[in-house]
Amino acid sequence: MNLRSKIGDKVFTFQSVREVMAKANNEKSGDALAGIAAESATERVAAKLCLANLQLKDIYENPVIAYDNDEVTRVIYDDLNTTIYESVKNWSVAELREFILKSRRQGDLLNISRGLTSEMIAAAAKLMSTMDLVYASKKIKVSAHCNTTIGLPGTLSFRCQPNHPTDSIEGILASLKEGLSFGSGDACIGVNPVEDNVEGFTRVMRAITDFKGKYEIPTQCVVLAHITTQMQAMEKGVPVDLLFQSIAGTQSANDAFGISATMLAEAREMALRLGTSTGPNVIYFETGQGSEISLDCHHGVDIMTLEARCYGLARRFNPFMLNNVSGFIGPETIYTGKEVIRADLEDLFMGKMHGLSMGIAPCYTNHMKADQDDQELGTMLCAMAGSNFFMGVSGGDDCMLNYQDTSFHDDAATREILALRPAPEFEKWLEKMGIMEEGCLTDAAGDASIFDK
Amino acid sequence: MNEQELIQSIIGKLVEQGVIGTLVEQGVITGAPSAETVAAVSASPSASQGDAGEPVTLPPLNEVKVDKPKNMAALEAMRKTTPARIFMGRCGARQKTHSFLHFQADHAAAVDAVFMDVSDACLAENGLFGVQTLVKDKDEFLMKPELGKKLNEAAKKTIAEKCVKGAQVQIIVVDGLSSTAIEANIADTVPALIQGLKAEGISVGTPFFIKYGRVGVMDEVGALLDCDVVVELVGERPGLITAESMSAYMVYKAGKKTVEADRTIISNIHKGGTPPAEAGAHMATVVKQMLSHKASGVTLSEAMRG
Repeated sequence: MNLRSKIGDKVFTFQSVREVMAKANNEKSGDALAGIAAESATERVAAKLCLANLQLKDIYENPVIAYDNDEVTRVIYDDLNTTIYESVKNWSVAELREFILKSRRQGDLLNISRGLTSEMIAAAAKLMSTMDLVYASKKIKVSAHCNTTIGLPGTLSFRCQPNHPTDSIEGILASLKEGLSFGSGDACIGVNPVEDNVEGFTRVMRAITDFKGKYEIPTQCVVLAHITTQMQAMEKGVPVDLLFQSIAGTQSANDAFGISATMLAEAREMALRLGTSTGPNVIYFETGQGSEISLDCHHGVDIMTLEARCYGLARRFNPFMLNNVSGFIGPETIYTGKEVIRADLEDLFMGKMHGLSMGIAPCYTNHMKADQDDQELGTMLCAMAGSNFFMGVSGGDDCMLNYQDTSFHDDAATREILALRPAPEFEKWLEKMGIMEEGCLTDAAGDASIFDK
Repeated sequence: MNEQELIQSIIGKLVEQGVIGTLVEQGVITGAPSAETVAAVSASPSASQGDAGEPVTLPPLNEVKVDKPKNMAALEAMRKTTPARIFMGRCGARQKTHSFLHFQADHAAAVDAVFMDVSDACLAENGLFGVQTLVKDKDEFLMKPELGKKLNEAAKKTIAEKCVKGAQVQIIVVDGLSSTAIEANIADTVPALIQGLKAEGISVGTPFFIKYGRVGVMDEVGALLDCDVVVELVGERPGLITAESMSAYMVYKAGKKTVEADRTIISNIHKGGTPPAEAGAHMATVVKQMLSHKASGVTLSEAMRG
C-alpha cells in the first residue's frame, strides 16, 4: 500500500487510509471543523491521486473504524458478498471509478455493489466530478414497493410533507390537500410531529390515514417520530404503513439517536407482522452528511465516508426510501451552496451504488451561505441524476422545522422539465381526481378545495 | 447611430407626439435612466413624479391567491389554520410573482438577521458595553460553534473592570443567530426584567453585550462573576416566518459543570409570539423561583412539581 504521492516536485505523505479518504474530499466545513480536511488545494489533489492508486483490498484491510469497535463496520463487513469482493479486490479505486462510468447495465453495477464496502463506494465518488456523479447515478434506478411502487424508470415521486408548528390536524390537512392537488404524495404522506409521544403520533397518523382512506389515495402514510414511539403505537393497533428512522454512520452516533442494528431489525420485523402495508419494503430512513460531527461521534472520519457507511447500514433493512438531508445539518458541517449541491450529488450516487431507493432533499437553512437558487440547481441536477423522490413542502418553507426544501411547485415543474411521471397507481388517481391529464397538471390542479366541493 | 443616440431619438419622437412630455421635462426619463427612476416609474406609472404616491408593497401572505377555485370559502377557512405558505396560486408549475418575491424578502430578512451585526447605536441606546468571544468573524462563528462559547482575553478583562462580582443576577445580551432579534426586543425586555427583579429586592449586575456568542457562553460568565443566576438573551436561528425571535436561557450557578438540562428556556420572544416586555416580566418570576429552589432547568421543574 502506497500512501505517498507526488504533484509537480512536491511529495505528500499520508499516515493512513482514513487520512487519504478525508483529504481527498471536496471542500466541506465539517471536515475542516474536525481538523481532517486537506490543508491546500494541491494536498487535496495529492490525496485523490493516492486514493486512485489504492487497491480495494487496501480499503478492506484498513477499515476507517475498527470492526471490533463499531456496529456499523460490522454490518458492512458481515453483509458483504465475499465471492464478488474476491473478484474485484485487486482493482484500484481508479479502475472502480472507470468501471462504473463505462458500465452500460444497471445489473452489472448492482452486482459488484454486493462486493463493495461503503468506504470503497465513497472512495470512487471522491474521484468524481459533478457531471461524473450525475452520469453515474443516472445508470442506476432501484425501485421499491410498500403499498405502491416508487423508482420505476421515467417516474419521479414526492413525499407530501404537510408539517404544522403545533400539529394542528386542520392545518396539516390544509397543506396535505394542496400538496395532493399539485401531484405530490406518491412516495408517501409524511408528517414530522412536534411532540414525540404515542398519543401525538396516533392523533396525526389516524388523521392522515383516514384522509388517505376517504379519497382512496394509493400511497403510504408515515409520521416521523422516534422508531420506538412508532413501535409502541403499532403494538396498540395504530395503522402504520411505513416506519421512519434517522440513522448515522457510527455506532456512537446511533447510540445518541437511541437506536441499534438489532432494534432496527426488530422494528422491521414488527412492521411486516403488524403493519398495514403490502411491503416488502417498509422502512423509511433519513441521513445527512455531518450528523456524526454535530454529535461529536465521528472518530476522525470524514463526513462523506460516514454518510456512505449509513447506506451500508441501511441496505441490510431493504428500505422503501432513503432520504438524504445533508443541507439540513448546519453550517458547521456544510456551509455554502456549492458544498450542499456537491454533497447531494455524492449522496445520491453513493446511495444508488448501494442498491438503495434513493431520494434527496436539496435543502438549506437560513444560517448557511446558500439560497433558493442553489436549492433549485441542486434539485434539477438530482432529478437529472434519477433521484427516486423529493420532499414536497408548501411554498418551499417548512414552518415547523424552519428550513427550506423543494416546494409543491418545484416538484411539479421538475416533472414537467424532464418529462417524468408520478408512480403509475398515483397517476391514475390524479387523473380520477381531475388533477392530471396525460402527465400534465390540469387547470384544476393547485386548488386544495377540490376536496371540499 | 449608437445605442445612446437611438434611445435619445426614440424619446425625441415620443415627445413630439406628446406621449411622454411631462416625464422628460421633469427629468424622470432621460436617455440613460437610472435604476431608481425606472423602478419609480413602473411602480407608479400614473403619478406625475417618481416619488409620488405610496411605495409598492407585498400583499399579505394570508390572502388566498388561487385562481378560480372550486370553493373559495373553504380555502379561506383552511388558510387560517396554518402559517405554512399555502394557497399562493401558480403560473404553470411556478410561483406567481408576488409570492416568489415574498419568499425572497423573508429569506433576505433571515439572512440579514444572521449575517449583520448588532449595531453600536443599539448597544448605546440600551446602555450596554460590548465584548467578544474567541470568534474572529461571522464565517468562523457559523462554522466553529465551540469558539462562540468562550470569551476572548480582552473580554474577560473588561468584564472584570466593569461588572460587580457576586450580584444575584447577571443579565447578558448575546447576538447568537439573529442580530435582528436583539435589535427588535431588548429595549423592552431588559428594563422589564430589571424592574421585575428589583421589585423583588433581587440584586442585578451590570448588563453587557457579547458579540459572536452562543448559548454556552453564559457558563463562562457565571464562573467569572460568581453570580447566582445568569440570564442570557440570545437571537434564535431565523425562519421565514420571523427573523425577530429571541430566547432567554437561565441557569442557576452557571459554570464549567453546567449541562444542557440545567438551562431553563423561554423561547419565541417577539411581537408575534411572547411580546418582549411581557417576556421580561415573566423571566423575573422564573428567576425568583430559581433563587428560592436554588436550581434551574430539569431540576427546577422537578422541584416545583413537588
